[in-house]
Amino acid sequence: MSSDENPLFQLFWTFAVISLFAVGGANAAIPEMHRIAVDVHHWMDDKQFADIFAIAQLSPGPNVLIVTLIGYAVAGVAGALVSTVAMCGPTAALAYFVSRWLTHPREARWPAIVRAALVPLSIGLMAASALILTQASDNTIPALLITLGAAIVASTTKLNPLWLLLVGACLGFAGILG
Amino acid sequence: MPPESVPAKLPLPDLHSNPPSVVALFLAFAKMSLSGFGGVLVFARRAIVDEHRWMTADEFNEAFALCHFLPGPNVVNLSLVFGSRFRGIVGGVAAFAGLVGPPMLLVTVLAAIYSHFGQVEALRRGLVGVSCAAIGLLVSAVIRMMAPLLKKRDVLGFVVTAAVFAAIGVWRLPLPAVLLVAVPISLAVTYAKTRWAA
Repeated sequence: MSSDENPLFQLFWTFAVISLFAVGGANAAIPEMHRIAVDVHHWMDDKQFADIFAIAQLSPGPNVLIVTLIGYAVAGVAGALVSTVAMCGPTAALAYFVSRWLTHPREARWPAIVRAALVPLSIGLMAASALILTQASDNTIPALLITLGAAIVASTTKLNPLWLLLVGACLGFAGILG
Repeated sequence: MPPESVPAKLPLPDLHSNPPSVVALFLAFAKMSLSGFGGVLVFARRAIVDEHRWMTADEFNEAFALCHFLPGPNVVNLSLVFGSRFRGIVGGVAAFAGLVGPPMLLVTVLAAIYSHFGQVEALRRGLVGVSCAAIGLLVSAVIRMMAPLLKKRDVLGFVVTAAVFAAIGVWRLPLPAVLLVAVPISLAVTYAKTRWAA
């Protein structure tokens, strides 16, 4: 793609394509968003990408809204709107048509097989998201300890995840991370 | 069982003659979305099944299963499918707009604040802390999803997971290329396993 291309068109195309390959939801698509936003188009650097991920996790609403933040960084309010519509619209329309065509999904055998086949893929993608985000943010021992602590607490308790994010914010604010 | 689900023995509201209005769909999805920190699914289930009783738990699971095996943001897909069941495409768009619109406005305001103050050192330090904790949440989601594979001793599933992790996380290959190879392989493996088990 040429660099003088309209950024709104570029955002729309990018996120429409990513959404069609987002197996297992928005968090599984983070590696591809990072690859395109940081490595391919240089829309932002690693630190900005990690910041944007943090803001998206702090705000309510579906996790997919990280694309709203990427779109804003590239092309302001219009970019935010175009990116969100591109990421959510086409796949929601697809789901709508498939649900009309497949009125009894439980009776069909192949959706169960497709789902079972996609589970290992989405686990691998989510794990890759965690790795890429760790490498993108400050890769220090205290940072890794916070990640580990949050993982342990979230796995063993039913604490609202928002508290873990706020504790992380306080620890970071206090300068623990250097 | 949470106490909210106790009155489930009451007759279900008559949804055929009196389906939720377009405005009710928009408001209900806006509310669940704005209360959904760290994922909306839990709040969606609570609102649709327990609070409004628009679906039984089974119907909800079935509708979500469909949206889960299709690509894209699952809860967003669910909103359009769900709303259109009651009020056609207009209802679907209302639920979709309720789910995505209000938090999108909020996030856009946050993005504007970040673009002005993103260089402030204290803010950056706080965000780095949030990011570390949020990665921890991702790791715990991975662990939770792996538990059933561990229980079934699904070695082939682990091999697929590890291969995708290496291709995307370590080698940083493009997602479409990886999936075009991995999806057919995983499908074939899963199909072979169900045949072998039967």
